[in-house]
Amino acid sequence: MAQQTTNKNEWPLWEVFIRSKAGLDHKHAGSLHAADAEMAIENARDVYTRRMEGVSIWVVESTNIHASDPGDAESLYDPANDKIYRHPTFYNLPDAVKYM
Amino acid sequence: MTVHSFQEHFDKKIDGDVAIEPRDWMPDDYRKTLIRQISQHAHSEIVGMLPEGNWISRAPSLRRKAVLLAKVQDEAGHGLYLYSAAETLGITRDELYEQLHSGKAKYSSIFNYPTLTWADMGAIGWLVDGAAIMNQVPLCRCSYGPYARAMVRVCKEESFHQRQGYEIMLTLANGAPMQKKMAQDALDRWWWPSLMMFGPPDAESGNTEQSMRWRIKRLTNDELRQKFIDVTVEQANILGLTIPDKDLKWNEERGHYDSGAINWDEFWNVVKGNGPCNKQRLDTRKKAWADGQWVRDAAMAHAEKRKARKATAKAA
Repeated sequence: MAQQTTNKNEWPLWEVFIRSKAGLDHKHAGSLHAADAEMAIENARDVYTRRMEGVSIWVVESTNIHASDPGDAESLYDPANDKIYRHPTFYNLPDAVKYM
Repeated sequence: MTVHSFQEHFDKKIDGDVAIEPRDWMPDDYRKTLIRQISQHAHSEIVGMLPEGNWISRAPSLRRKAVLLAKVQDEAGHGLYLYSAAETLGITRDELYEQLHSGKAKYSSIFNYPTLTWADMGAIGWLVDGAAIMNQVPLCRCSYGPYARAMVRVCKEESFHQRQGYEIMLTLANGAPMQKKMAQDALDRWWWPSLMMFGPPDAESGNTEQSMRWRIKRLTNDELRQKFIDVTVEQANILGLTIPDKDLKWNEERGHYDSGAINWDEFWNVVKGNGPCNKQRLDTRKKAWADGQWVRDAAMAHAEKRKARKATAKAA
């Protein structure tokens, strides 16, 4: 994802998300410039799906994306760090127990 | 965190092969080096369309024409992946173009050579794209996330470029004597400039050491050049063409081919702007940018008008 450094004459920056096939999530593919959403989708088709990489495209103007600060990573993710009981491997069961 | 601890954190990530992402702290020089390298790479893709564009309308068959068009379109796409990777470092697209047009930023010197015959389409695909792939594969593991991801995409698409070029060479080399001669002539002209694509020898490459430390670069210029020579010699043999280097010889002890001296004066001369097509290439780019201004403005005006109309309709 690109940082915001807009220039008055430049077409806005859009982030492109592509669903590679039905049943899968849209995934960030990259970014591009376009005057509006319609053009962004058309450009995304040309730039990111020349080899049938997608069945659906989302475009979001980059200014509308809010991201977490990597500097906050510790305080954001630390609370999950010591909660190993959230994982199934935390629990010891006899081998005789099947399908669990 | 202090600057010192930021630096320490960054170094630890680099050493641990943890990718650096756009919003992470990074040293200024790391950022500058990446902007220089990624933009130079992007410009090369864009300018690289020009020598081939020269032959689209003169391709010898509809199949060759469709293939060449697809290849040139890929190059536009590769340029765009790379420009957006560069933009994540805080430089705008317009600034990047401006640096290309003013001559401040460079692009690969190989594109300052002319494409004189159809065989040049074969030689470019085989040698120039072959050398580019050799360079790009290790860049897929580059420490900067957006650059590495762009390179994965590029490498996936690039392999057809080399194969179609080799196929053109194969067809010519097995054709009439005139065609074989044309293929040999293209190899003669493109061989040395292709070797120069890997950049100056390690001993004279100012950026290599730091870039290796930062894991932007994974192999040195000379290592990549040697790899390229080793695989390409065999491919030339299959074509029945002769590589224009009388010093080329298998060295059993090294397990590599030895090769003749590269004319680095020619390389630096082309870098400085005195190659056969430097002026023509740059003028073409500048003209395309200037001629497209009204389209960019009109599209923006149209988008703004539609947005305003929608806002009025909503208010009503």
